[in-house]
Amino acid sequence: MAVINVERSSGEKQVVTATAGQSLMEALRSAGIDEVLAICGGCCSCATCHVYIDDTFLEHLPPLGATEDDLLDSLSDRTARSRLSCQIRLTEDLSGIVLRVAPEE
Amino acid sequence: MQSRQRGNMNNVDVLVVGAGHGGAQVAIAIRQRKFDGSILVVGDEPELPYERPPLSKEYFAREKSFEQMLIRPARFWEERHVMMALNTRVTSVDPIARTVDLDDGRTIRYNSLVWAAGGRARGLSCSGHTLKGVHSVRTRSDVDRIVGELPQTERVVVIGGGYVGLETAAAFVKLGKKVTLVEMLDRVLARVAGVSLSRFFEAEHRAHGVDIRLNTSVERLEGEDRVTGVRLGDNKVVPADLVIVGIGIIPAVEPLLKAGAMGANGVLVDEYCRTSLPQVFAIGDCAMHANIFASGAQLRLESVQNATEMANVAASVIAGQPQTYRAVPWFWSNQYDLRLQTIGLSIGHDREVLRGSMATRSFSVIYLKQNKVIALDCMNTTKDYVQGRALVVGGHAIQACRLADVTVPLKKLIEEVVA
Ligand SMILES: Cc1cc2nc3c(=O)[nH]c(=O)nc-3n(C[C@H](O)[C@H](O)[C@H](O)COP(=O)(O)OP(=O)(O)OC[C@H]3O[C@@H](n4cnc5c(N)ncnc54)[C@H](O)[C@@H]3O)c2cc1C
Ligand code: FES
Repeated sequence: MAVINVERSSGEKQVVTATAGQSLMEALRSAGIDEVLAICGGCCSCATCHVYIDDTFLEHLPPLGATEDDLLDSLSDRTARSRLSCQIRLTEDLSGIVLRVAPEE
Repeated sequence: MQSRQRGNMNNVDVLVVGAGHGGAQVAIAIRQRKFDGSILVVGDEPELPYERPPLSKEYFAREKSFEQMLIRPARFWEERHVMMALNTRVTSVDPIARTVDLDDGRTIRYNSLVWAAGGRARGLSCSGHTLKGVHSVRTRSDVDRIVGELPQTERVVVIGGGYVGLETAAAFVKLGKKVTLVEMLDRVLARVAGVSLSRFFEAEHRAHGVDIRLNTSVERLEGEDRVTGVRLGDNKVVPADLVIVGIGIIPAVEPLLKAGAMGANGVLVDEYCRTSLPQVFAIGDCAMHANIFASGAQLRLESVQNATEMANVAASVIAGQPQTYRAVPWFWSNQYDLRLQTIGLSIGHDREVLRGSMATRSFSVIYLKQNKVIALDCMNTTKDYVQGRALVVGGHAIQACRLADVTVPLKKLIEEVVA
């Protein structure tokens, strides 16, 4: 079980529990965070699963992939904390991760 | 508010027909817009809404479980007070009384109706089309049946060289099956891509061992009880343990057309996704619309993106915050290690510009119409896909030699025209 601390795009805070092995996107979607559109279903083709990861966790994540990096470039509100949540597989050591859902483009 | 949302199953504010991509998203988007009326989704498949693209990709290859494909878990629909009537089919619509009839005998009254019924896989009509071992790839149950027959399957014939046919062929190859792909036209993807991309995909599939037969029609399917082969127009027989029919869909719109909605190959909608019937919307694969990215030509788009964005439009009108449909079409397809991303619509192009080299398997095809960029097919080139969007949206005229120059990012070309 991994715990995710989510700040929704409305500003509302929510704690989500996920099963290890799920992607971050799948966990958010299952928890009803419906502003995460995830149109392509996690195959790194759409950039509609954009989140901002809190600094302390950023470095523990798998590195940014080339396709992910290029897709993030399509977003006007990309920051140094931006990741596509479908590209992050949840492991036990990510439990407690803090993130904010990016606004819809 | 709760009591309104829960409503009474026989009299609802919003009735959604079809529990697929469009149907799920319209319910999600209506609730996101804080509309608190009752919503009932009627779908004829047994499952809660799930993603269809993995059917010919990760689900087929058993890399993704069905649970991972659910658009939302069961709990979500309960929490949002979205009622689901699954395994249930809408058989007719009465637009005056504002009711629909269901195949279980019930009649339901609606205020707004959203038709998100997609399409049925088109079947063959030649002799042998009902033999065992002949399948389409449209639903989870189709794929489960196919997977169940895999142990007895060595040779597969895929009929139709569209995206679904090609992806399915690639999936069978991965499983070590011998695949023949039969296409009636002179190239694969003839309906959706330019010649150079067709040739590229044909070469890739051949390199993976797929026997591609172009300009080839199907005479009949051979076999007594179960299919044993496909007899082609040239009278040759290709032996087969399994046949996949991937020749497109027939939009599921009969009840709406019978009720008087305008349309033929699909139901006609305006930029608010409204049909010609009062308070009846149509979205997704079955919605024929004038697309601004095809110079206003009327067409249907079969993509998750289109179903999702049309759902958002219909939801915005129902929730009283109307928006029009202006979304740039995009699409993806994954085959082997190839990642294709498409932006814009290439139909009607008069020129193709190749950016990069096909030999590197990383290139883009840029489609021009009267010198303006109308679409890009990006093969393993996400950068072009991302940066090319602005070219399509802006409808910019850019010299072909500049577009072909891989040393100049597309972004730079846009900056030049805008400056
Ligand atoms: C194998 C496959 C691979 C694909 N790959 C991609 C891809 O990579 N990228 C992409 O963008 N798109 C892809 N697509 C297309 C995409 O899945 C469709 O465009 C999308 O599902 C359309 O959504 P929809 O809501 O219009 O229809 P659907 O998702 O088909 O949903 C319609 C639902 O309505 C039901 N229904 C029909 N008639 C009735 C009735 N009378 N009463 C009740 N229910 C009814 C149907 O059974 C179905 O469940 C793929 C499709 C398939 C089949
Ligand atoms: S869900 Fe499409 S990129 Fe993440």
